[in-house]
Amino acid sequence: MYKITYKREMAENTVCHFKVDAPRIARKAKPGQFVVLKANETGERIPLTMGGTDPSDGTIDLIFQVVGKSTALLRTLNVGDAIQDIIGPLGKPTHVENLGTVVCVGGGTGVAVMYPITKAYKEAGNHVIAIIGARTKDLLILEDEMKAASHDLRVTTDDGSYGHHGFVTDVLKKILDDQKEVKLIVGIGPVPMMKFLCKLTKGYGVKTMVSLNPIMVDATGMCGACRVTVGGKTMFCCVDGPEFDGHEVDYDELVKRQRAYLTEEKASMDRFKEIGR
Amino acid sequence: MAEKEKKEKPKIPRQKMPEQEPRVRAKNFNEVPFGYTPELAQLEASRCIQCKKPKCIEGCPVEIDIPAFIKLILDGDFVGSARKLKERNSLPAICGRVCPQEDQCEKVCIVGKKEEPVAVGRLERFAADWEREKGEVFIPEKAPATGKRVAVVGSGPAGLTVAGDLILKGHEVIIFEALHKTGGVLIYGIPEFRLPKDIVQAEVNYLEQLGVKVECNCVIGRIETVDELLKEYDAIFLGLGAGLPQFLNVPGENFCGIYSANEYLTRSNLMKAYLFPQYDTPIARGRNVAVFGAGNVAMDSARTALRLGADTVRIIYRRSRDEMPARIEEIHHAEEEGVQFYLLTAPIKFLGDDNGWVTGVECLRMELGEPDESGRRRPVPIKGSEFQLECDMAVVAIGAGPNPLLPTTTPGLELNKRGYIVGDLETGKTSKTGVWAGGDIVTGSATVILAMGAGRKAANSIHDYLMSK
Ligand SMILES: Cc1cc2nc3c(=O)[nH]c(=O)nc-3n(C[C@H](O)[C@H](O)[C@H](O)COP(=O)(O)OP(=O)(O)OC[C@H]3O[C@@H](n4cnc5c(N)ncnc54)[C@H](O)[C@@H]3O)c2cc1C
Ligand code: SF4
Ligand code: FES
Repeated sequence: MYKITYKREMAENTVCHFKVDAPRIARKAKPGQFVVLKANETGERIPLTMGGTDPSDGTIDLIFQVVGKSTALLRTLNVGDAIQDIIGPLGKPTHVENLGTVVCVGGGTGVAVMYPITKAYKEAGNHVIAIIGARTKDLLILEDEMKAASHDLRVTTDDGSYGHHGFVTDVLKKILDDQKEVKLIVGIGPVPMMKFLCKLTKGYGVKTMVSLNPIMVDATGMCGACRVTVGGKTMFCCVDGPEFDGHEVDYDELVKRQRAYLTEEKASMDRFKEIGR
Repeated sequence: MAEKEKKEKPKIPRQKMPEQEPRVRAKNFNEVPFGYTPELAQLEASRCIQCKKPKCIEGCPVEIDIPAFIKLILDGDFVGSARKLKERNSLPAICGRVCPQEDQCEKVCIVGKKEEPVAVGRLERFAADWEREKGEVFIPEKAPATGKRVAVVGSGPAGLTVAGDLILKGHEVIIFEALHKTGGVLIYGIPEFRLPKDIVQAEVNYLEQLGVKVECNCVIGRIETVDELLKEYDAIFLGLGAGLPQFLNVPGENFCGIYSANEYLTRSNLMKAYLFPQYDTPIARGRNVAVFGAGNVAMDSARTALRLGADTVRIIYRRSRDEMPARIEEIHHAEEEGVQFYLLTAPIKFLGDDNGWVTGVECLRMELGEPDESGRRRPVPIKGSEFQLECDMAVVAIGAGPNPLLPTTTPGLELNKRGYIVGDLETGKTSKTGVWAGGDIVTGSATVILAMGAGRKAANSIHDYLMSK
């Protein structure tokens, strides 16, 4: 059992931030790694990236968007409640080194995943430019944190309610046009965002890493639910990733595989709304 | 010799276990056989001629005193019979259900020379069930505490055996399991209708009663490495199993609806997706299902698909019936339930729709050619024999390999060229001091009883090591 010690709702209650007591995971986890959690006896195993860890008080940060039954159920938990199972840290940590200038691009809840990675690149001595985006101002998350974690933060909203009016890719394009010395781009967000971002950066020939989030079951390399095609080869995202060379990923396949259970997910959500569990 | 021992010819036929009707059971997840009644068990037990030199014991990988436990059933001492079993086999209720007795004790049973062999497996199951169901499970005395600490990684049959043996010898034992439940393949792989999960749970509870600590959700290699464990524990046993699924590597294999057997069975068994939506994990309910492979895992997948509502389930296998590796009983059960067999057939590519969902598979017919290294005749494709089969779901059950996660984080642990851990077959010792390994992670996919046998040998070797340290 893993106790929730802190809860905050963000982005118009569509995103939720928990701190959970998991001292061993907190001690071991590195940026880019994730956990799998199972809320209760009948729950499913869902992967969530850690938005941070605090080894001193033994907690990990889970920041998740409410997208289906499992996350809706999770959101009903409060401080003092416990999550039945948390397994981690899983996946390969981000490979962080001092490269020079690095651009970190986060969209939607991808910003939460991006945050510890951005921090790590800055700590490694890079000049870090961060771009974060959301559909509208109220859905933007972790702006202050990202500001502190980078040297230069740019904000975009699709509707122009805050920051640059447009997409993260617009801002990125401008940076790439102005600055020749960008060594690495890290992009994390919805699949379409990562896909278009990589299309753009490929043209500039700048190496781009993305973090993928396919459906997972065990997340220890035992089932292959998380197969993704990278460079024409099948990889298991949970153990070979979650980060991959963004120019090599088959995004169309990823989107289709993510939608494999849409009907069941809807049925589950409808049932949850009706009976509340 | 053997002939002389044959005192009398039993007149009683081999007793069948009452079981659910094929048509009924193909729609539910309840266990297929109901097990013997005491009367049936005693009748079957009376078929054993109590050989002076029983062949069956030699056929048993852990050398259970088979005539002795059968005699106790005949005498009506069912609890005593279970204890006799447990002298050699700590998981008789499980082995009685899943061991391939037809290749072991029953294969060499002396009665079996003239007629059907004594049903050793069914009797084993009967005695073990009796003890458990009657709440008569016996908690043996432990040896005085030695103060030594052992970490067991993996809670499959190999790990459970090591834990059970070493706790009785007075050592402190902790099991680290990656999944959220213990039992390894017994819990995530073998379906409820073949091995009810509360039986596996009862075995783990028993170990906990003896004092074994169990920590789930611990992926060793991630949360803790073997080297880190070695600082805290005097010895480590690795019972990791062979959990890496193999795929066909044909085009279209990543279409939705195509599962590895591990994923399909894990969803259904471990996550209880067959109870969706009461349980949250979804699973595709294919109407028209193709299963590739012909081992126990393929049979389990095919039979699960039927129970999840499929109209048609086809086993597609590139060799012929004689080479099918599944237990005869499982093939028989699958056929009875309506699974179809497409033998000498190999998939060459999957077909899919615009949503990326599988719609069919293109296959080639094969014929048997010259024998290969394994001595089995090699299947060779027949030119121009391509044909298509429709399917809206597929399960790939063509084998498993070693998961590299722990080995790659453990320097100094020798692996063979296929990636399995090199462990001494007599002691389980690995190339790393203080580390033992056994079960599928050493031998490749094998059986529950062989994993248990390996666990027992490793436990003995670990005990000797700890006591001389
Ligand atoms: C579907 C199916 C049906 C089968 N049917 C039969 C049958 O009828 N009869 C029979 O005799 N055999 C059968 N087998 C084979 C048999 O189950 C295996 O040979 C046996 O379970 C192997 O035992 P094991 O202890 O070596 O490993 P496993 O049972 O595989 O257990 C290994 C455990 O280790 C855990 N683990 C792995 N890596 C780590 C890590 N890094 N950290 C922590 N934990 C870890 C795994 O999660 C798992 O729980 C079947 C197998 C399958 C898949
Ligand atoms: S089970 Fe068969 S081989 Fe074993 S003692 Fe009885 S008759 Fe003999
Ligand atoms: S989630 Fe099972 S192998 Fe990756």
